[in-house]
Amino acid sequence: MLLYVFRRLLTAIPTLFVIVTLAFFLIRVAPGGPFNQERGLSPEIKANLEAQFGLNDPLWVQYLHYLKNLAHGDFGPSYNLPDFTVGELFAKGLPISIQLGASALVLALLLGSLLGTVAALNQNKAGDYSVIALATAGSTIPTFVIAPIIQLVFGLTWKMLPIGGWGDGAFVNKIGPVITLALPQIAIVARLMRGSMIESLHSHHIRTARALGLSDWSVVVKHALRGAVLPIVSFTGPAAAALLTGSIIVETIFAIPGVGRYFVDAALNRDYTLVMGTVVVIAIFTIVFNLIVDIMYAVVDPRVRYD
Amino acid sequence: MTEVAAAAPAAIVGRSLWGDAWARLKANRAAMVSLCYLILMAIVCIAGPWFVPHNYTTIYSDYVRTPPSFSAYPKAEMVQGALDDVLKRMRVDLKDWKLEDSRALVTVTATRPIDERYLRYIDRSDTFDDAKVEAKSADGLEMTFSAAVRQQYFFFGTDNVGRDLLSRTLMAGRISLSIGLLAGVVAVVIGVLYGSTAGFLGGKVDEVMMRVVDVLYSLPFIFFVIMLVVFFGRNFVLMFLAVGAVLWLDMARIVRGQALSIRRQEYVQAAEALGIGARGILSRHVIPNLLGPVVIYMTLLVPQVIILESFLSFLGLGVQEPMTSWGVLISTGAKNIGTANWLLLFPAFFLVSTLFALNFVGDGLRDALDPKDR
Repeated sequence: MLLYVFRRLLTAIPTLFVIVTLAFFLIRVAPGGPFNQERGLSPEIKANLEAQFGLNDPLWVQYLHYLKNLAHGDFGPSYNLPDFTVGELFAKGLPISIQLGASALVLALLLGSLLGTVAALNQNKAGDYSVIALATAGSTIPTFVIAPIIQLVFGLTWKMLPIGGWGDGAFVNKIGPVITLALPQIAIVARLMRGSMIESLHSHHIRTARALGLSDWSVVVKHALRGAVLPIVSFTGPAAAALLTGSIIVETIFAIPGVGRYFVDAALNRDYTLVMGTVVVIAIFTIVFNLIVDIMYAVVDPRVRYD
Repeated sequence: MTEVAAAAPAAIVGRSLWGDAWARLKANRAAMVSLCYLILMAIVCIAGPWFVPHNYTTIYSDYVRTPPSFSAYPKAEMVQGALDDVLKRMRVDLKDWKLEDSRALVTVTATRPIDERYLRYIDRSDTFDDAKVEAKSADGLEMTFSAAVRQQYFFFGTDNVGRDLLSRTLMAGRISLSIGLLAGVVAVVIGVLYGSTAGFLGGKVDEVMMRVVDVLYSLPFIFFVIMLVVFFGRNFVLMFLAVGAVLWLDMARIVRGQALSIRRQEYVQAAEALGIGARGILSRHVIPNLLGPVVIYMTLLVPQVIILESFLSFLGLGVQEPMTSWGVLISTGAKNIGTANWLLLFPAFFLVSTLFALNFVGDGLRDALDPKDR
């Protein structure tokens, strides 16, 4: 098992290398540069700035330089937020995004599994239909509609929640963003759970368990759930990577100082180092969570073995 | 042998497949209601802007953030405000005014003789029209004039520069729906061509073509879209062609899988055994059987594209002012929920109800065209 993890981490390095290379040259091919946007920057100053950041070197020199720094864990300075290095920006924003994303993920997994199980146990009855309706709503209504509606209803009309802001991580400030992030995921998890639970409930070992006279609770929770949870496990990998690296919509609407905005802003401002930093962080999260999911598979399903 | 081939029952099978699907779709009430709703929405968005008395770009500076109402504007108390505004511009003082029928009778004074041409200011305002001098004092320091009060209807209210939200929402619907269709069609055409080529040729070609799809899949989608915005600038027709060109990946996979499995079906082998060429098999068997999944996927793709367009417009990367789309309107609405919640609620309702209807139609089509899947 340990050997497997080690091997997987080793194969992650070439993957990461390909992603970094692709992203590096793609963003460089795009017209414009980090110091083109600012108006009134005289050519001399611009040339100085570009010289300072090594932007006048041939592209491959810059590329090798970047790779060398990256290997030492140095993401470089941000061009458009000149007081910060990319590392500092992530150190500040990432914990916030991770907190929100992790809460939303846990909420989605718990509530989604519960709803899916309830729907499967009441197949083609009122409970099932209401869960399906909720799941349809959750996956149809876009986040950028849900978020302002939550602000409007709970923030402005009922004054239960703050409209936005981080408030140094106060609990009430997290409720709106977490619910907005979780709703679409709840819908997906509930759907997956319903489908796999129905299948699991129809399988032979469940029939045997029932025939042996086990209680409903024990049949569902101990036996059916274990078989039904596999699709949820494989969903969790990419979902966790996406949620933990921040959502631009939620962070913009609720004014959260996370890292979700960096990607778009940086790409538009040609803040090369910040774009690359974001790509690397997202890639690392994706690789790590896919690995965790594969390990979880072996834990949940003893038929899966890695050696 | 050729006689048997010519008399292949494909034509009858094809008709019954679609007839069957239509009958099943008709029995699905949610899908039929949604279909009618979508047609209605399309007609309203296409024809509506010609019937709404306001142009979607006209700015009514007297009616900034006016709440939606079924009764005519201006309300009595608003006439006073509009009058004060316009008299300030005319540099005269209000002495007295009253409403008679639908005309305002206004008496003004000034320290200098009043020029009648100043009445143009009255005509220029959004509230008044057809100003006429009724009486003027001998020294010209006092004048009485009358002006018609213009009746305006803002069923959806106005936005924060004073444009009618109803006409903007309908115009936005035109853009959002047509972008959804445009990018959807682009994605389907590329996906079907690519996927069916890979699936039909098979072997090494298939391997290489699908590996390309896998590589494109592994890049973060938003990175792709933003790079497209960076390259194409904010020319939105070009951009949505490009977005369509990104969304074809799923379509290609689905079509390839279908093409592969259809080729292995016994009836295709039977047709091959009967000596029918690749073209005959393609047109008689592969394409009719592919149409089902393609139609289903297309109905599910259109809402995806609409969401994507709204998302990009929400970030300010999509459709640019004064042109508008539901995403642009919702983004404005989200910024003004404190003062003017109708700016969010109306476009959000239009967008969400359309997305729901598209989803129900897509689900209905899936049930109708693919009964095995139920």
